[in-house]
Amino acid sequence: MWALRGLRNGVLTTRWPASPDAYTAATRGAVTVLPGPAADTIDGTEASALCPAGAIRAGLAGTVRVDQGGCIMCGRCVTARPDVFGWSAGPGSPSLSRQGLVVPAAETAESLAEVTSRLRARTRALRRSVHLRHVDAGSDGSEEWEIMALLNPVYDIHRLGMFFTASPRHADILLVTGAGARGMAEPLRETYQAMPDPKVVIAVGTDAVTGGLARGSYATSGGIGGILPVDVWLPGSPPSPFAILSALLLAVDRLPGQRAATAAGHGVAGDPR
Amino acid sequence: MTVTRYEVVASVEQLSDRAAGQVAAGARLADLFGTARDGGLLLTAQLAGPASLATVAAMLPPWQLSYPALTPRVGAAFWYEREIHDLFGVEPAGHPRLEPLVLPASGGQLPRPGAAGGPAVIDPDPGVLPRHTIGPGLFTIPHGPVRSGVTESIEYLVETPGEDIPHLNMRLFYKHRGIEKRFEGMHPADGVLLAERVEGVASVAHGLAYCQALEALADTAVPWRAALIRTLHAELERIACHLDVMIRLADGAGLAVATARFGWHKERVLRLTGQLSGSRFGRGVAVPGGVGREPGLPPADLLTAVGVLDRELTADVRLLLGTASFLDRLRRTGPLPPARAAQHGALGPVGRASGTADDARESRPYAAYQALGLAVSARDDGDALARLEVRADEIGASFHLLRQAADELAEAGHGPLRADWQVADGRTVSWAEAPHGELLYDLRIEDGVITRCRVRPASFHNLVLMHEVFAGDILTDFPFIEASFGLPVAGAAR
Ligand code: SF4
Repeated sequence: MWALRGLRNGVLTTRWPASPDAYTAATRGAVTVLPGPAADTIDGTEASALCPAGAIRAGLAGTVRVDQGGCIMCGRCVTARPDVFGWSAGPGSPSLSRQGLVVPAAETAESLAEVTSRLRARTRALRRSVHLRHVDAGSDGSEEWEIMALLNPVYDIHRLGMFFTASPRHADILLVTGAGARGMAEPLRETYQAMPDPKVVIAVGTDAVTGGLARGSYATSGGIGGILPVDVWLPGSPPSPFAILSALLLAVDRLPGQRAATAAGHGVAGDPR
Repeated sequence: MTVTRYEVVASVEQLSDRAAGQVAAGARLADLFGTARDGGLLLTAQLAGPASLATVAAMLPPWQLSYPALTPRVGAAFWYEREIHDLFGVEPAGHPRLEPLVLPASGGQLPRPGAAGGPAVIDPDPGVLPRHTIGPGLFTIPHGPVRSGVTESIEYLVETPGEDIPHLNMRLFYKHRGIEKRFEGMHPADGVLLAERVEGVASVAHGLAYCQALEALADTAVPWRAALIRTLHAELERIACHLDVMIRLADGAGLAVATARFGWHKERVLRLTGQLSGSRFGRGVAVPGGVGREPGLPPADLLTAVGVLDRELTADVRLLLGTASFLDRLRRTGPLPPARAAQHGALGPVGRASGTADDARESRPYAAYQALGLAVSARDDGDALARLEVRADEIGASFHLLRQAADELAEAGHGPLRADWQVADGRTVSWAEAPHGELLYDLRIEDGVITRCRVRPASFHNLVLMHEVFAGDILTDFPFIEASFGLPVAGAAR
């Protein structure tokens, strides 16, 4: 009986990234600063009052910047100042450098090119079949759901040659979720060390990037960056399955139109879903 | 109308007598926690009756570093007193097994929630954990905190004392995030963002319970439409959580097609939630005084979407409950006897599968539940199958509630989504029936900021029951028992 139902699943699977998927455009991406003069009207006091996560900073020169790595996507800035802040559409914004999550970009193209080529040197061998391992380092539990979703028939990452493995010894990519709970620092290091070289670490979600709202707690390290060398930084609270997929593809150099090209790009305003 | 009472008694001994007396008279111990105050450690017990919640507190003076443990009299206090010991360093004297649970700390400063300030960093010290017992016929098998698959971090220790049936011990501290302390000093309007992240898969329930505490303090009535929208999202969240359990059970049994089908249904529920609220987890739905925004779908379209989901999902649930090999795997697996569930006051689907039918939506209604019809499901077999059946019934009931709420929303037309709400000082308790069971917040606001936010998710209360449900082969049963309990570690470890 189940066999009959299975047949109906085939058509559900997304063709992204080979072809566009309408849902990626409909999901809320990261918060960006919209182009235009309005951004200059926000000063430091307003910036810190606007953002409960401390992700908005107004520079001395009057440039407002959002650190997407600290953004918990509460949307308050977009509601309060739609002239300055907006949601980017699309599957999310993984970056190969921590600085790359600060928009508008403060980073030079050269420094990004350098981290990119270093990662490429390591991942050249991983283009075809990739094995993934996940470790929870103090998540709120939602990131695990979104990673698990990659196995459902809609995302079905097996079609991309990506598989979860039970043993770190067979893993190429380590997906780490959570704010860097201090109790997980040692087990996390052990898992990383048990993985063979070359290996790639992805910080999955705002909590893993900066600690999110759990930053500043006695029990977290404010993200996992202080525990492991991170290669791909993926913000989101939590990041959607498409965002996680885009981080995986960025890690193995299979993401079309990568962030390197769009780091300075601006999103669209409005009310995406 | 729900009755809540708050009473401070003269001593911890009196608190203990009161708790033991009320539990003997049929109440359940729903929470026991500490708050560091100027005058010492304020110990607070929540005692739940059929439609009431009594809060009893007593001050332990600063020079007293221990008090007579409640656990020998009220077994449900077992984990609560270990947590108090971890966070405050006071000793519940006579506790049967006082080993670290959420924070193994050695010397130095402790978090002491409620106290102003606190240590910037506390590194857990595994050195203070008891060594694994190894001896003739006596061994401990550790499992975790990193486990295979995509799971939350927790350590299970299977202890096999001689010929006895194995006992499961759990260590939660690996992913302790110090969340309760993190609330302190926050502006109450920001606290909801943290509440939504205590248990990310139950963001709506947490946001709701938290906002209800603020609204109770400020005496704010939420507009009817907002109450309906909150209810809608709470029920979508319940369906998603119950589907997650079904996915894990089907996957454990190797039913590939069923796993895929339920994975697809769950994805659709999250997408519908995202379409309505802007977040796949309904974050931002609950805000103090009401809801954050107008739903992204008009009620008529919502009804259509709910109808399609209900039809396709319910057919698959029926098929799953008719798959004999699967049912055989769950039957008599991980039994929680009704007497034990009642004695502990087991919550949510775990309790209801063992005959303890309390459901806050019915016994202490909030949001729009008072006005909507709800049939609470219960079984008394107490095994993994009964827990699955209860969840299947609850999905059906949730669809019924979704339709009622969408109809009401269509009737209600237009109107405000948010009442005027102002921060008000005080202390109160609030609750919601999260997908995993009753969730309690005990919130204290002083001079306009949060000074204590106690969160007691059902996972912390229920997880301890996994200690004693291993009747059969521990290795083959384990995945089904864990999945059928279906409790987020994030909430339990906080
Ligand atoms: S959406 Fe992000 S940047 Fe904007 S206020 Fe919220 S946390 Fe801050």
